[in-house]
This record gives sequence, C-alpha cells and structure tokens, in this order.
Amino acid sequence: MKSKAHAAIAGTLAGCALLAAFPPGVTAQSSAVDEIAKYRQQLQDGNPADLWEARGEDLWKQKRGQKNVSLEACDLGKGAGVVKGAYAELPKHFADADRVMDLETRLVHCMVTQQGFSQADATRRPFGAGSNRSDIEALTAWVTAESKGVLMNVALNHEKEKEAYRLGEKMFYFRGGSHDFACATCHGETGKRIRLQDLPNLTEKAGAQLAYTTWPAYRVSQGELRTFQWRLNDCFRQQRFPELKFTSEASIALTTFLARNANGAAFNAPAIKR
Amino acid sequence: MKPTPSLLLACLCIASGCATVNDAEVAQKAVAVMKASFNERGQAKLDRLDQDDAQKLCSIPPSARLPKDVADGIEKANLATIKYPADGKLLGNWKDGEKVAQSGIGKQYSDDPKVPAGANCYACHQLTKAEISFGTIGPSLYNFGKLRGYSDAIQRYAYGKIYNSQAYSACSNMPRFGHKGILTEQQIKDVTALLMDPDSPVNK
Repeated sequence: MKSKAHAAIAGTLAGCALLAAFPPGVTAQSSAVDEIAKYRQQLQDGNPADLWEARGEDLWKQKRGQKNVSLEACDLGKGAGVVKGAYAELPKHFADADRVMDLETRLVHCMVTQQGFSQADATRRPFGAGSNRSDIEALTAWVTAESKGVLMNVALNHEKEKEAYRLGEKMFYFRGGSHDFACATCHGETGKRIRLQDLPNLTEKAGAQLAYTTWPAYRVSQGELRTFQWRLNDCFRQQRFPELKFTSEASIALTTFLARNANGAAFNAPAIKR
Repeated sequence: MKPTPSLLLACLCIASGCATVNDAEVAQKAVAVMKASFNERGQAKLDRLDQDDAQKLCSIPPSARLPKDVADGIEKANLATIKYPADGKLLGNWKDGEKVAQSGIGKQYSDDPKVPAGANCYACHQLTKAEISFGTIGPSLYNFGKLRGYSDAIQRYAYGKIYNSQAYSACSNMPRFGHKGILTEQQIKDVTALLMDPDSPVNK
C-alpha cells in the first residue's frame, strides 16, 4: 500500500514536471503534439489508479450493508465470486435480473440484492469528488484490473444483448441538442482532433479497441479515477444533452455497442490519461 | 404528399439495401430508451432529445450518403431560416469575434445560462497563425477572406454559414449557431469580421 502511494505521487510529480517544461505558446504545432505524446508516455509508470484498485479490493471483501456480507458471492457473469476476466465479457445478459448489465450496474445489483443496500444508497455517489469518494469507482477499478491482458470477448449470444447492441449503435449516431451533436460527430472519422486532443474513431475496430480497453482511467486533470459510465456521462454533457442517468438503459446499450466493437483486443486498464 | 423524415429514412434504407427487418423500429425504440435514460439538469431540459427534421435525417454514419433530393431538401429548409441583420451590416469587430472563437462556454448543463455562449471555432478549425491549439474536424479557415475575396457575396455566405451551416451543407458537423440560438446577431457579426475583415489575423 505504501509503495503504491509512493508510485502515485511519483507519477503525479512526473506529470507536473512535464507540464512545467511545456509552457503554453510552444513554437510550432507539431512540436506541441510531440510534447503531449511524450507527456502521456511519462505518465505510464506509476499510476495512481493503484490506490482505487486497493480500496476496491477491500470493499469487495469487506462485510457490508444491512446483511453484513461481502461481495465475494457476486456473479459478474463467470460464476459467483469469479472476478478474473469478468470485465472483458461485459456487458452481458443476467438471467437473475433478465436484463443486460454493464459492470457498474451489476455491482449495484449485487450491493442491493446480496448486501442489502437500498438502491438509493448504492447509487448515491457514482462519481467521486475529492474527499467524497465513490465506492463504485473503487470497486470498478479493482474488478477491471483483474481483466488486464484478457482479450475483449463480448459475445452477444442472448437476444437482449443483440438488441442492446443495435440500440447502442442507433444512439451513437443520434443527433440532437442545441449543437446537433452525436457521438459520431467527434468519433466517426479517423485522424481528427479537438484542439490538440486526438479523437478515437469508434466506428472502426482499431479506434474502438484502443479507446474501450483504456477505460477506466486515472484522469490527471481531475485527480480522480473515472469509469466508463463517467466517460459516457461527460461526453453527453459536452454534447449539450441532459444528464445521462447512472446505469440507465441507454448507457448500457451504448457500452454494449462500444465494448463489442473492441472484441479481440487485450484489455489494458485502469489506464492513466491527461 | 410531403415526405416525412421517417418515410425518407425508410426509403433511404431500401435504397441502400439495409434489409434489417425493422431498422426504423430499432431507431424508434432507441429514441424512447434515450428519453427514459436522461435527467433534466440546469438549462439542458429533456427537449434537447426532440429532434428536428435535419437531426433525424442526419442521424446516420458519416460514410452514409443521403440521396441528393433529401440533402437538397435539408439545405433549402435551413437556408430559409437565416435572418440577416436589419441594419444590413454583416461585419462586427474581429477582436470580439476572436474571443467568441476561443470560448467553448455555453448550453452545457454545467454552464451558467446568463454567461454568453462562445462558438469554440478553434475546437474544430485553424483560424490564425498565432493559435496553435486548434482542432481538425472542420477545414482550416486561415486566410478565409484573403483567399475568397472580400466581396459582399462572400460576407453574406460567411454570415449565413455561421448562422445555419446546413443551409450550404446538409448534415454538416458544424452547429447552427444562429438558428439554434447559440450566438446573438452581434456575436455572429463579430465572428464574420474575424473571417472577413482584412485587418483580422485570419487574413494576415
């Protein structure tokens, strides 16, 4: 634990040092892009996500909730208590709830049905902010880390999984709001940027794989570990849409579409991002 | 008979041979699921999910092409929305236009609706030599006026394009800043000046 904290601090300091060495107003565009690539590379050793993973493992094993049991009997899709490789097969249909669930939705389901949390308590803080930490983010960090190196394999065997994929695809191209934006506006073509930020083309295999397998991620700019639910939520904010509900059907459908498109790639998160 | 967007979509589907039995049904269900999956927050109410005709017709992959008559119809309808300034002056102050081009504030639920919105042009376009932090979703607009000439016709085009981009290009990725009430008339004049004033750094 202590060494992990040190690694985290070292990582953050490396980022600060690089930021200091990269003041605004660098001469040419290409050198700015190069500097950002270098900055990203330097962030790779020492990921503060370790802290979230350690807390998540504790939360998974702790006896909690009204029923005072751990989550160790929670079925994430590969049988009760099997965590290794589970995330690489999600979202999937769960017979006990007869719906397609992503990891966050499944964690909430287990917290409610097995530990006896109320739905409201289990979903009170989906995203952390400073000292107001999110248990879901920590649990997600740990469970996803247990799929590191596992090939993405979202099977779409069940009819409801196939439907979720088709709905998610439609939502990806849905234009609306004050600015007419869809997911595809920013993520439908290869080699595009917003300002200097590269945008993955999520309609192509390579882009979907690179993007999906690197969430959750520790966001240096926020000092928080962020889940895929957060990623979708904040994309829709910038799309000028209303607020995406945590674990909503649309969030799961979109996740199914994007996760399936990443099939075959080795999962590589929690990652670290700007 | 006036073709409705859903009918046009159905025809598009037949023409492009996407034989999936119930594509229109899936699209309809996706909208219903979305409406149940969002909360109103701040200025972003649920009506942001109510699509107009252009939004419905343009909810397709970028690689998909609309039939020419459908695209023409979108452009014609959007062209009709453009309101030119009553005083006939299309050019404001390019310095104010630069501020609008830099600002990405506006219309997000996290934004204060009392603060004027920006256009965030630099998110997608190169405009000046000085600003190296620009995106590439749209074409470079560096030397916009210099390359096209400073004529009244080009001024009118620039103002109209900012007001409603889809008047000239159906399903453009660019927001319709005037039509959707994102920018005020004065702000559009200022951004037009940024593109069209010979003294603007865009034309240096």
